[in-house]
Amino acid sequence: MHSSDNLSRIDRRVAIQWMLSAAATVAVRNPQSWAAEAPITAKGYGPDPSMVKIYQPGDVWPLTFSEPQRRTAHALCDVIIPSDDASPSASAVGVPDFIDEWISSPYPAQAGDRRIILDGLKWIDEEALRRFQKTFADLTLEQQSAICDDLASTKPKDKKAASFFKRYRDLTAGGYFTTPEGMKAIGYVGNVPSATFDGPPVEALKHVGLM
Amino acid sequence: MPVITSDKLQSNYDVVIVGSGAGGGQTAYTLTMEGVKVLMIEAGRTFDPATEVAMFQLPSQAPLRGEKTPDKQYGFHDCSINSGWEIPGEPYTNANPEPEHQFKWWRQRMMGGRTNHWGRISLRNGPYDFKPRTRFGAGFDWPISYDDVAPYYDKVEMLVGVFGTNEGLENSPDSSPGVLQPAPKLRVGELYAQKHGKKVGAHIVSIHRAVLTKPQDAETLPAKLHPGNAKAQGILAEHMRLRAPCFWATDCHRGCSIRANYDSQTVHLRPALATGNLDILPNAMAREVTIDKQGKATGITFIDKTTGREGHAKGRVVVLAASSQESVRLLLNSKSNLFPHGLANSSGKVGKYITDSVSSSVGAHIPAFENMPIHNEDGAGGPHAYVPWTLYDQNRKGELGFPGGYHLEFTSGRQMPSLSVVNGIDSRAGSAAVLYGRKLKHEARRFYGCSLGFGAQGTMLPNDGSFCELDPEVKDQWGIPVLRFHWKWTDFELNQVKHQQQRIRELLEALGGKVAKKPEADVLKSMKQGGTVIHEVGGAIMGADSATSVTNQWSQTWDVKNLFLADGAPFASTADKNPTLTIMALAWRMADHLIDELKRQKI
Repeated sequence: MHSSDNLSRIDRRVAIQWMLSAAATVAVRNPQSWAAEAPITAKGYGPDPSMVKIYQPGDVWPLTFSEPQRRTAHALCDVIIPSDDASPSASAVGVPDFIDEWISSPYPAQAGDRRIILDGLKWIDEEALRRFQKTFADLTLEQQSAICDDLASTKPKDKKAASFFKRYRDLTAGGYFTTPEGMKAIGYVGNVPSATFDGPPVEALKHVGLM
Repeated sequence: MPVITSDKLQSNYDVVIVGSGAGGGQTAYTLTMEGVKVLMIEAGRTFDPATEVAMFQLPSQAPLRGEKTPDKQYGFHDCSINSGWEIPGEPYTNANPEPEHQFKWWRQRMMGGRTNHWGRISLRNGPYDFKPRTRFGAGFDWPISYDDVAPYYDKVEMLVGVFGTNEGLENSPDSSPGVLQPAPKLRVGELYAQKHGKKVGAHIVSIHRAVLTKPQDAETLPAKLHPGNAKAQGILAEHMRLRAPCFWATDCHRGCSIRANYDSQTVHLRPALATGNLDILPNAMAREVTIDKQGKATGITFIDKTTGREGHAKGRVVVLAASSQESVRLLLNSKSNLFPHGLANSSGKVGKYITDSVSSSVGAHIPAFENMPIHNEDGAGGPHAYVPWTLYDQNRKGELGFPGGYHLEFTSGRQMPSLSVVNGIDSRAGSAAVLYGRKLKHEARRFYGCSLGFGAQGTMLPNDGSFCELDPEVKDQWGIPVLRFHWKWTDFELNQVKHQQQRIRELLEALGGKVAKKPEADVLKSMKQGGTVIHEVGGAIMGADSATSVTNQWSQTWDVKNLFLADGAPFASTADKNPTLTIMALAWRMADHLIDELKRQKI
């Protein structure tokens, strides 16, 4: 019993290593060939979830990004919200996990985004391979920005890809600014109990000409 | 007496109340403080605001950043459970497939009902609001006037704790001296609108909301509210001392574990339970009001949702406070040989004259707010100011094309960011391209808190096309027939929405605001659907005679003397004011009358 247990553990480890290396190989030639096409069958949190619990993406329903999708999503998040002197990048505060949670959601409102985002991530990797012979995550920031600038422009060549980029930008930014670090970055300083409410500070009143 | 299960029901209740929200809560409070033995039936489960509300949780700590889903239809952290427009197993229907002819019905299946989830805006109806027919020749006059209700507004405001100022406004009455809690200071956007709104005649004042801004005066208020009743005074004083004033953080819609804002459990049910005169039976879905051979109400048949079994609760008096349309449904489902068309329905008016607030909104970007010095303006978890209706001269001259009016509520400020916080940022920044990278971060900071909008809430006069009836086919999961709604907007409402849209635009432009959306040519597209303001009232209106109304001025049904209504159903007409405060004032007044009748053995 004991030895067979060990054996199966080794088998599993070996198998996982094999799968990972295969994934890496496949990813270069054919990015995201493992695209999670399976329909979402998980359930939602129901009408009476604990509201006070602190949830992480994946707590209620499983995340479904494949490893290549995840790499690309991570890279694109950080092109959209990079770190700077004052605040961290989107990936540093878990935004790729949020996007994975979003596209893995069992609720109907996110089903459209799932299609848009999985197709879009595939498109952007193919574009990266076509232009720079590497997947998006392996490009330099300049190369990544060249692709994103095309998608962000007023007259994109590929309208479907451009609408993916806009949607991905909104989710990344919204996902970011709803974290503690993102709130600090945008300038939200509330959610703190206080004994008094003193109204706006003098500098705010001056700013709008009320003093 | 406590929260019980159906096997612990007693057989000798004086009063059985259906529903634990504002109306049921106030009724239970008033009755039990005077020694009346009460059973309250609630369809939802027990809920503890002290431990179950999410006050400080961030969107990033909820699934999908807390965005709304079919399971949590106002968002994850909104203080609603088992609630929504659509509840599995509890359908309702609409007779007409067109959205403008449909009514959407929010149900809140939890202890405390909808008082868990509201903006706490507590405006009094004014003298005009009780007499629309006299003033406009439309709608119905109430059989009571403002003066009949004014003392109860004072009482409710003292009990609940309502902040605000007395402004001496026409038809937006002042409270008696010493009643209101101090109003909080206004936020930048509210002050800015107050200054610049004057250019277009907008008179912006402190709003009234059911939030404590200082500890309640437990020394003097109990004696004012319960003169000569030492026990009631003692219980109330103790419960007032348990409430903390607002700590100036967190949205009131999330609920309040420190008891600073009003919900039915905090203010009404806890003291009522402390009297020892209240039993509460949760998880019990009322099916029918039972009657005896003389046509007197004898109690309530209910489904115990924990066992699926039917039970019966007996009482000398029955009070329906299940929310206006749920109470209507109970009446219509209580058919007998004596009442073949539903209980208390000899007038044929049960289900008739449903109204909701007439509502539309417009938002704008205010360039003056860009790059605002960072500061915390959470405040009292909701608006501090509003724009009351002041165009009564135009009303009188008939210049507006609609009777009544509307007030404007703010949506503004440096609120906790939500998933949509950067929506629209590209056009705001004058960028034709989609912003990303460091530039996006910079612009997000610049534009955060620059949105300001107004939502209008206005008078809808009752009409013959807005009513409900039992659906002849559809039943809920317990086999109880469901409601089928009919909805109709008249030209009054459509004209009002046109006026709202134009007036809000003028006001926003007076603030230098840039309104992104063009005005809708089709007014229906800018107005909120019937029911979606969740201010539905009517369906069992009070009146001066039994032929044209369901209840008398005491919300006591004409046909069944020991049957009362304590929610919005008896509203003869609706004002622009949010209904909850008036529901509580009428419930207190009704309960006083009920006690009187019990003492005089008239019921």
